[in-house]
Amino acid sequence: MGEDTDTRKINHSFLRDHSYVTEADIISTVEFNHTGELLATGDKGGRVVIFQREPESKSAPRSQGEYDVYSTFQSHEPEFDYLKSLEIEEKINKIKWLPQQNAAHSLLSTNDKTIKLWKITERDKRPEGYNLKDEEGKLKDLSTVTSLQVPVLKPMDLMVEVSPRRVFANGHTYHINSISVNSDCETYMSADDLRINLWHLAITDRSFNIVDIKPANMEDLTEVITASEFHPHHCNLFVYSSSKGSLRLCDMRAAALCDKHSKLFEEPEDPSNRSFFSEIISSVSDVKFSHSGRYMLTRDYLTVKVWDLNMEARPIETYQVHEYLRSKLCSLYENDCIFDKFECAWNGSDSVIMTGAYNNFFRMFDRNTKRDVTLEASRESSKPRAVLKPRRVCVGGKRRRDDISVDSLDFTKKILHTAWHPAENIIAIAATNNLYIFQDKVNSEMH
Amino acid sequence: MEGPESAMAVVAGLRTPENVTCVLPRGTMFARGLKRKCWDGDEDVEGAPAAPSYSLQRQSLLDMSLVKLQLCHTLVEPNLCRSVLIANTVRQIQEEMTQDGAWQLPAPPVAGRGPLDHLVSTEILCRAAWEQQGQRPAPDLPSELPGALGAPAPGSAQSCIWEADSSRGHRGSFPKSLDQIFETLESRAPSPVEGLFADAGGPYYDLDAVLTGMVGGKSGPGGGDGLQALAPAGAPPPSASCKRDLGELDHVVEILVET
Repeated sequence: MGEDTDTRKINHSFLRDHSYVTEADIISTVEFNHTGELLATGDKGGRVVIFQREPESKSAPRSQGEYDVYSTFQSHEPEFDYLKSLEIEEKINKIKWLPQQNAAHSLLSTNDKTIKLWKITERDKRPEGYNLKDEEGKLKDLSTVTSLQVPVLKPMDLMVEVSPRRVFANGHTYHINSISVNSDCETYMSADDLRINLWHLAITDRSFNIVDIKPANMEDLTEVITASEFHPHHCNLFVYSSSKGSLRLCDMRAAALCDKHSKLFEEPEDPSNRSFFSEIISSVSDVKFSHSGRYMLTRDYLTVKVWDLNMEARPIETYQVHEYLRSKLCSLYENDCIFDKFECAWNGSDSVIMTGAYNNFFRMFDRNTKRDVTLEASRESSKPRAVLKPRRVCVGGKRRRDDISVDSLDFTKKILHTAWHPAENIIAIAATNNLYIFQDKVNSEMH
Repeated sequence: MEGPESAMAVVAGLRTPENVTCVLPRGTMFARGLKRKCWDGDEDVEGAPAAPSYSLQRQSLLDMSLVKLQLCHTLVEPNLCRSVLIANTVRQIQEEMTQDGAWQLPAPPVAGRGPLDHLVSTEILCRAAWEQQGQRPAPDLPSELPGALGAPAPGSAQSCIWEADSSRGHRGSFPKSLDQIFETLESRAPSPVEGLFADAGGPYYDLDAVLTGMVGGKSGPGGGDGLQALAPAGAPPPSASCKRDLGELDHVVEILVET
């Protein structure tokens, strides 16, 4: 296939001298587990890297609560679909942790087509004193064995073992964009562009289709599913978002196929802002329930919105992430940036929301004080233990010293994936192939 | 929490390979070059004309969108969400152009210029609709437009945008970039019979890629629904000859892949 060979190999030789990023290292998802002790990242090369928070110790107060690599494993490999002559990327689209039920940790990781359940266990002891084998495992000469002994467990260096326990394959025709574990801890759902399936964690050869928006005639396709999530407390409720900017809350008790929503959340279009790009920028790229379960957070191209489950007519809060891009939509359409899918996150107390932007900026909005801040995740501006300096994008008018102008923003540096520790003010930011972890030392507890 | 800007400190971990090899994220150069082109469009550039009319920019957006839907040299299935959004945009533009009665003829072709030359500052398209009222050409002022209004009936033009064969007859009526799309498709899609006996790695691959790519990300198993997948809504039925040729293609592929 000539020129269609692996682009990674080609670029390796051409651009050796520049400091560009190996594509396989680009982080594609970030997720804390339920206690925040573990942080998992997935990348374009199909690998998962898990970080563990070091316990705070009095002997080394400086290094309290830092995250170190705990385990690395290859979750997905590239595959080739021979029927369609198309590659299936190994890129990890989403990782979701299961609630911990015993000493082992479990997580689900998914690429475009296949979901896998991984079990992560620790081994810190090993048996010694076998009768038939010596220390290296070789069989002993039986004539030398004069007495029997009981093997004893001796401590060893910690070893983290990861094994695939389930592979949920062949459930999706289209590309999987979300997975979500149900609060019942027995089932989970996976959503692709047109369908949502419900799986039981122990059953891999069967799944139930609960949403199907594929039209009978593909000519009529105008809307796709972009994200979905189970309600954190009600195991029968889930929400899914669409490319037209609507949210549908569905109740699995109502029918086996939840094509009819229980609630439809949609904001009427602002006629004064209408342009050819209105629909594209209204497409919801991420939806997250609040920890309380009362609200939903959505991200579209220019804003984040907070919705109250009790009010379908419009969001209760709207925050501008980068309104200065509104006049640049045509250029952003041209270079495809307008299709970037940014994620959003709640803090543990649902009082602050966070989302990424361009130029390695990310934004935080305090829902109570209505204050917001723009911060930057880059090596130049963040030395360890340094305080992050708020950044500002200026749009003409008076310009302060460290402001960045809209035209100098780097659109290749996008922060699509962010995560917030479930209990503390610790955030994980994925900037291309770099992972940044920031902590609010002064206010460690959530307010 | 006092405020998000108080006392944020970096705790840990930059995970970077020291010896990085390089892949230019796709579109990097494009993004930078375009920044200078589009956003500096308002500043003085030598010999630059005044900002083009809304119609021309709308046409340019339509061209751009059609090029985006064009199949690309990729082994991976195109993103369905992106394709649907682009197709919806195309539909919107075509509907508006139909209402205006403004199916444009292209500017007189200049040797060697490609579709990128249409991409002058298109900021105007991003402004709110109400701002553009004064700038949109009224249907009874044809002198502003490069070509005559009341060009080929919008209905037939719309319906044939997605089908290769009919374009040959109407080539003069379409923007240049569409011609280029169809030329590409012609060279890539061998006749069904050729496809059957060609080497696996060559034209057969192209045939399959044409079908999956041409519908801008249709990823369902059935080949048959794909080609008409993105025809504009509300368009009158396409001409019979278009459908028949493509129907043969579908049929052949269906047999081959047994989907």
